[in-house]
Amino acid sequence: MDTQLGKWEVFMQAKPGANYIHAGTIHASDKKMALQNARDTYTRRGEGTSIWVVPTDAIVASNPDDNDMFFDPSNDKTYRLPTFYVMPEGAKAI
Amino acid sequence: MELLEKNEKLQDNKLGSFEAKIERDDAIEPRDNMPEGYRKHLIRQMSQHAHSEVIGMQPEGNWITRAPSLRAKQILLAKIQDEGGHGLYLYSAAETLGITRDEMIAQLHSGKAKYSNIFNYPALTWADIGAIGWLVDGAAIVNQVSLQRTSYGPYSRAMVRICKEESFHQRQGYEIMAKMMNGTAAQREMAQDAMNRWWWPSLMMFGPHDSESPRSGDAFKWKIKRSTNDELRQKFIDKTVQQAEVIGLKVPDADLRWNEEKKCYDHGPINWEEFHSVINGNGPCNNQRMAHHKKVHAEGAWVREAAEAYRLKEEKLN
Repeated sequence: MDTQLGKWEVFMQAKPGANYIHAGTIHASDKKMALQNARDTYTRRGEGTSIWVVPTDAIVASNPDDNDMFFDPSNDKTYRLPTFYVMPEGAKAI
Repeated sequence: MELLEKNEKLQDNKLGSFEAKIERDDAIEPRDNMPEGYRKHLIRQMSQHAHSEVIGMQPEGNWITRAPSLRAKQILLAKIQDEGGHGLYLYSAAETLGITRDEMIAQLHSGKAKYSNIFNYPALTWADIGAIGWLVDGAAIVNQVSLQRTSYGPYSRAMVRICKEESFHQRQGYEIMAKMMNGTAAQREMAQDAMNRWWWPSLMMFGPHDSESPRSGDAFKWKIKRSTNDELRQKFIDKTVQQAEVIGLKVPDADLRWNEEKKCYDHGPINWEEFHSVINGNGPCNNQRMAHHKKVHAEGAWVREAAEAYRLKEEKLN
């Protein structure tokens, strides 16, 4: 049976120390081919120093319909932000 | 009845959130709600765009073994590899809308999905490789720069990536034309001949005039398209005419004139009969392009099957 092979999500690190960022997807039958195809597709101009590939069906994503409820817990906790606190006048470097 | 009303209300809310996002210029992401028409329009446009990148490899591939120097051959190989890569970016962006790559390829082969008309013209001489890079990629860049602001996130991101790579394509093409215009009389003639054959089909790449463009209403409402066909075509003409003049090429349009009032070029009438005839399968290379794609796809099937068989075997062993 002819298929276009499994789908993988590609994440790339642009330079050492940087976050891994989603670049796109590729098709491959196994891990080794997935890495090689990701390299050929997304790093033809030295765009990356490191690549992660993850089978697409292993990704779990939040549902945008639930955004209000899902992200609500963070909205009422302003004490997590540095601006919440009153600093004594004259204090420096804080 | 109550349930039905509830359902309708839910649908309204979902569409409302889509429209609000479009209004705010927020990107639409794969899991967001979207009207069926939006999804269909994008699948049609993005798959056509992906197929164009892939079919576009053929007229250039025709010249790899005949490139005039090792330098020219390396450049051409790299450019064609980029086009294949651009096809993959776009297929992968289109897949986020719920269509598989198998389905897109099947639609290409059945004729349901189209690719850009320009690739139904042949690359007859080495100067055509110059003209394709300079004019065809030049026209594609104008369109793709505008599409960087398209409302669908994965499409927009693919366009940003592609635009970064395309300027090399256009510059290598222009360099070929400039070199030939600096060469012998025969080379200059060859370059001008390529210009004469590729100019008008390049202008047709932007599609029918705005007054004749049937599907553009929704595309603008949904911010899939951000500039009209005529606006983009004008932009391309205005920047390309000067480049032709610099290297001594004549634009094959007797009506081409600078319009001081509008600050842009007026151009002669485009032969839309030819455009429609080529779209309907009567171009010089329609059959050849499709036959080649089908043949190579079928010949590659054993590689994909072997890869799957290897994976299954490895999984059993581990």
